[in-house]
Amino acid sequence: MSLDSLLTLPDFLLYAFAGGLLLAVIAAPLGVFVVWQKQSYFGAALAHSALLGVSLGLWWQLDLTLAVIAVSILAALSIDWLSRHTRLPSDTLLGIFAHASLALALILISLQQPTQIDLMAYLFGDILSLQTGELVGILILGLWIGRFVWRHWSDMLNLTLNSDLAQIEGIDTRALQRHYLLLLAILIGLAIKVVGVLLITSLLIMPAASARRFARSPETMLTGAMLLGVISVLGGLLASFLWDLPTGPAIVAAATVLFLTSLLKRAH
Amino acid sequence: MNTTPLIEAHNISHRFDDQDVLSNVSLSLYPDEILTLIGPNGAGKSTLLKLLLGLMQPTQGRIQRKPGLRVGFMPQKIQIDDSLPLSVTRFLSLARPRHEKRSEFITKLEAVAEELTLGGLMKRPVQKISGGEMQRVLLARALLKSPDLLVLDEPVQGVDLQGQTELYEYINAVRLRHHCGILMVSHDLHIVMKDTHRVLCLNQHICCQGHPQTISGTDAFKTLFGDGFEQLALYEHHHSEACEHVHPTQESTSS
Repeated sequence: MSLDSLLTLPDFLLYAFAGGLLLAVIAAPLGVFVVWQKQSYFGAALAHSALLGVSLGLWWQLDLTLAVIAVSILAALSIDWLSRHTRLPSDTLLGIFAHASLALALILISLQQPTQIDLMAYLFGDILSLQTGELVGILILGLWIGRFVWRHWSDMLNLTLNSDLAQIEGIDTRALQRHYLLLLAILIGLAIKVVGVLLITSLLIMPAASARRFARSPETMLTGAMLLGVISVLGGLLASFLWDLPTGPAIVAAATVLFLTSLLKRAH
Repeated sequence: MNTTPLIEAHNISHRFDDQDVLSNVSLSLYPDEILTLIGPNGAGKSTLLKLLLGLMQPTQGRIQRKPGLRVGFMPQKIQIDDSLPLSVTRFLSLARPRHEKRSEFITKLEAVAEELTLGGLMKRPVQKISGGEMQRVLLARALLKSPDLLVLDEPVQGVDLQGQTELYEYINAVRLRHHCGILMVSHDLHIVMKDTHRVLCLNQHICCQGHPQTISGTDAFKTLFGDGFEQLALYEHHHSEACEHVHPTQESTSS
């Protein structure tokens, strides 16, 4: 595709740009906490369980996006519960969870041969097939995340610093953390279309990690993550159109380039 | 001394996975008082603290707080990941209660920073200050809550000897200026002794309590801690009926 055809944007391209950019902006506030709370494995486990959502959705012939969101919410809550009620280290638990749901998802999908689902679209994203409904979903989630950040930014920082201290200072830490995980699960469910199961965590952590090099406060890191996320999505989409690359991987590659560039700067 | 206790525990017991962690512990803490909780590792100090702070509910017994009690808490240690860019000032300002005006809070912050001589630290990243400095910052944060009760969990852990003495001096000064009660957990005795009004030795139950000088003479204290943290062997109490049972062997009391 050439640059000329990009200027007369067909609907699906408009949707791709709008959805991708919006997602990059709203992923940032959750992404910074994923980094600060060292939860990137959690994101990965949720993403894998999202594929289980796809296979269950196909099995029962449900709306796939809704099925994915439902399963990732369920997964987030059960991981949260398991981590409090078993004595296993959380990375082990998350590894088990991720691979168990991946395996189960692949088995379920293989049992439905006639459906011929395009597995690649879910593994690596298919941003050009974004529908109006999904765009609206991203928009609503964006408002929800905006409200969450507006009201609970300091509380979330305190929770991240020390949950005992936060609780003593009057924060309902468990409810707050659940709220955050819920948003994370929905975001991952919606973002599967954009970058896919295997790459979704990178959309959360890469812009945040790159922004760390330039940030002196949590707020500047958040702003930086938003900005770098937007640049990654723009760069990825452009590269994908110009050189006919798969869009999801192109976005992640753009984020990687930004991250590598950020390494050139000495950290504060 | 004021007669209304800040916090009272009535016969609390706690079990974890079918194991008694605390049995039948009662205590009360009064304003202007420093109460130090000592005991070997695994004695249930942290559990008792969590129960008193309301982080957990006891299996049995009840805890009574003075109505409207404001608690300042200083955690044992706080590990802040390097990925979070945070200056000391920002860290402290996160303690601002929702209802408090920003200008009032800043005035208070400046006063506390001066009291604990944090001036030079305020702009530094919170990960880049020493252990002793961090403890002072945590103490400042607890004070920003204008507490009636200050709860300190092993406040001098990981701080060098000189820093320890200094920190205890700050803590005592803080008590005198802010008139709050102090509940402190510790397993190093020799420094604690100086300013503490009451020591409470815990080993799942309260083995002994009293003024530091009286208490260090009791048999229970000697058996629990030996002379200068020697190894503890299998031992029995003789001083009271409540304590007449055999404790499991404790390998060591200090760490």
